[in-house]
Amino acid sequence: MAKFTKKKEGDLPAVSTASLPDIVFMLLFFFMTVTTMKDSSLLVENTLPNATEIKKLEKKDRVIYIFVGKPTQEYQKVFGSEPRIQLNDKFANVDEVGSYILAERAKKPQELQNVLTTALKVDKNANMGLITDIKQELRKVNALKVNYTTYEGDAFNNLQ
Amino acid sequence: MRRTRENPEVHAGSMADIAFLLLIFFLVTTTIQTDVGLDRKLPSDDVINHIDVNERNVLRISLNKNDELFVEDRVLKIDELKQLAVAFLDNGGATENQLRCDYCKGTRDPKSSDNPQTAIISLNSDRDASYGTYVMVQDRLALAYRELRNREAQRLFGQDFTAMEEKFYAAETNEAEKATLKANVERIRDMFPLNISEAELNVQSQKLA
Repeated sequence: MAKFTKKKEGDLPAVSTASLPDIVFMLLFFFMTVTTMKDSSLLVENTLPNATEIKKLEKKDRVIYIFVGKPTQEYQKVFGSEPRIQLNDKFANVDEVGSYILAERAKKPQELQNVLTTALKVDKNANMGLITDIKQELRKVNALKVNYTTYEGDAFNNLQ
Repeated sequence: MRRTRENPEVHAGSMADIAFLLLIFFLVTTTIQTDVGLDRKLPSDDVINHIDVNERNVLRISLNKNDELFVEDRVLKIDELKQLAVAFLDNGGATENQLRCDYCKGTRDPKSSDNPQTAIISLNSDRDASYGTYVMVQDRLALAYRELRNREAQRLFGQDFTAMEEKFYAAETNEAEKATLKANVERIRDMFPLNISEAELNVQSQKLA
């Protein structure tokens, strides 16, 4: 008959740490997937409107972004609280939009230059006057494909 | 029987399984942010094209500075806009053979649009109107177009236009299928072309027409 040796009392068994790497990898993967690379920091408030009849904006390399909205709190002292245009990392006036588009278009490879889309990321509280001016500028430089970037959701939420 | 006070070892072998379960859960539930929006094409600036259109073929929509919607100078609630747009586009009032719209199911009111090809929705917005409302109007109009296109796609090809479009853009669809889909999608698009104009229109008066 086997003899059971009794362990010393009060001696806690070590918790296995073998699965710790798994947990760490899990966290790593989680953050890798949910974060998106941000290439320009926002200087303007940018609550996009909602819409339902939307299409996905695929192929990020074919998109030029224009941000419009009220300057954020920290910039309001300098730039006021009227909606402004943000191109790359700077505030800009309407007449700079054309040259910005041309400069961005020149940076893209030749074969993509004719298929570029301009994504207008406009705050829902911005006024249409500014947007109309931007659209006029876009027409001048022949950037005719636009995408009014929105969130997916009921458009009636835009009224609040 | 007397229990020993010995602590049993925690079994850690299944920890990895739990971790992977969590990982897969997050992978499935989190949406990686993709940009979505309404695609529109601006009119070209090169050619100043004065299209002469009949007043009956134009549906005038405007937004004033208080974000109120006006259709043909009457106030309209935004929820009614889709119905109105559908009725206008689908009217098919033309009686001449070459302009006659066979597939229109509208009221064929001679005072409204001739056929969907010539029908234009003119959208004007005040400089102080908010962008959110503008997008909402665009969205409602797109919904009207989608409803009509879906109806025709159902009648002709037995499936929704949106489904057809999706299949056409999907990468896994093979070439032969794409070719037929392209023809079908274009046929539906030609039936109800998206004519939303934001420019000033030259409207012929009714007397001249």
